[in-house]
Amino acid sequence: MANKQFDNHLGIVGWLGGGRWGVERYLYILHRLTGLGLLLFLLMHIFASSVRMYGPESWGVAMAILKNPVFKLGEFCVFVIFAFHALNGIRLIFIELGLAVGRAEEPVYPYKSSLNNQRPLMVVAMVLVAILIVAGGYNTFFGSH
Amino acid sequence: MEKETEKANSITVYIRRFDPEKDSAPRQQQYTLQVEKGMTVLDGLHMIKQTQDPTINFRFSCRMGVCGSCGMMINGVPALSCNTQILDVTTTALTLAPLPNFKLIKDLVADLVPMFGVLKGLQLHIRRNDVEEMEKPTYEYYQTPHQLEEFLQFTYCIKCGCCMAACPTMATDREYPGPAPLAQAYRYNADSRDDARDARGDLVAASHGIFSCHYAGECSNVCPKGVDPARAIQLMKKDLVLSYFGLAKHKCAHLHKKPDKSTYKAKIEAPPHTV
Repeated sequence: MANKQFDNHLGIVGWLGGGRWGVERYLYILHRLTGLGLLLFLLMHIFASSVRMYGPESWGVAMAILKNPVFKLGEFCVFVIFAFHALNGIRLIFIELGLAVGRAEEPVYPYKSSLNNQRPLMVVAMVLVAILIVAGGYNTFFGSH
Repeated sequence: MEKETEKANSITVYIRRFDPEKDSAPRQQQYTLQVEKGMTVLDGLHMIKQTQDPTINFRFSCRMGVCGSCGMMINGVPALSCNTQILDVTTTALTLAPLPNFKLIKDLVADLVPMFGVLKGLQLHIRRNDVEEMEKPTYEYYQTPHQLEEFLQFTYCIKCGCCMAACPTMATDREYPGPAPLAQAYRYNADSRDDARDARGDLVAASHGIFSCHYAGECSNVCPKGVDPARAIQLMKKDLVLSYFGLAKHKCAHLHKKPDKSTYKAKIEAPPHTV
């Protein structure tokens, strides 16, 4: 029977769903997805910048395409992704260096965990993300440039 | 609300079934169950097995949240079935599935053996350089209550595997040891009597090791014993980073000096023998 076991690893579905989870787990998923988003932007950015190699005319054409409002929206999306990834990353650095998870304590029901200890940090980080997104959006869509 | 819970409540139970002899993938089977106040999920499973379908397979032992055998997904959350009352979870539909991120043996029975293998590999016992004293102990090691508190929380782990099922890193990284073994590694590393921190640290800090954890925190949310593996993992990372930069302050506990019985005098004399 042992050789007929079913492999029940959740895979990528385990990131996206598979259960009813807490806020921090969704932040974990978003952090990974925004990381992939930033990587994708980096590749696109390198590709767009490399057009300069083909001369000023090609560069001009590329810049004209990038003036399309769709790319303006894309630029804002990149900023949103950056704001979340950067601030959540700072939160994770604090946590992973053991600075925001508290000390070991006797488990007394109803159990409290390190999640409770780090929650103020999480709230502050997410409020800062929201402020940055609003400021970035204003600057992108209503800025003077 | 109290009236609702006191009367018998009919709910639909969806149980994930898998027979390795017949099925290529798990399927879902539906049952109807009369639930009463105080009935646990394990009680419900027994009721279904006795009255409706004797072929259901599930694992249990102590029935009181101590042995860690009956972990399963209860309405999408890993929990002990003996420790979860049905009416606390639902009044309409209950979905039961085996713990994910383990191989599935049959129905609700997940194969926890790989986790036990990882636990064994991390040498989770007190290891010291004074081998002679370990083999033939002469007296006890000195440990203050404060030093005990540093790891006591993590000793309550019952190896039920709920944290492993909740961990998103486990879902995609098969070489990741998982929250339970890592928390247990920290339990021994934080023990002032232990002298194998570096060796154990090398094991857990390897590729696909402890630094693959990025604090989803769900292991601590679902732990039925309040062990908080996420905290143990972050504290261990901190220790590993400090050790890397030579800033760790660990000192191995010394052997408590055995009192000399010839000069020893009790502060309070024992009462005289009566027989």
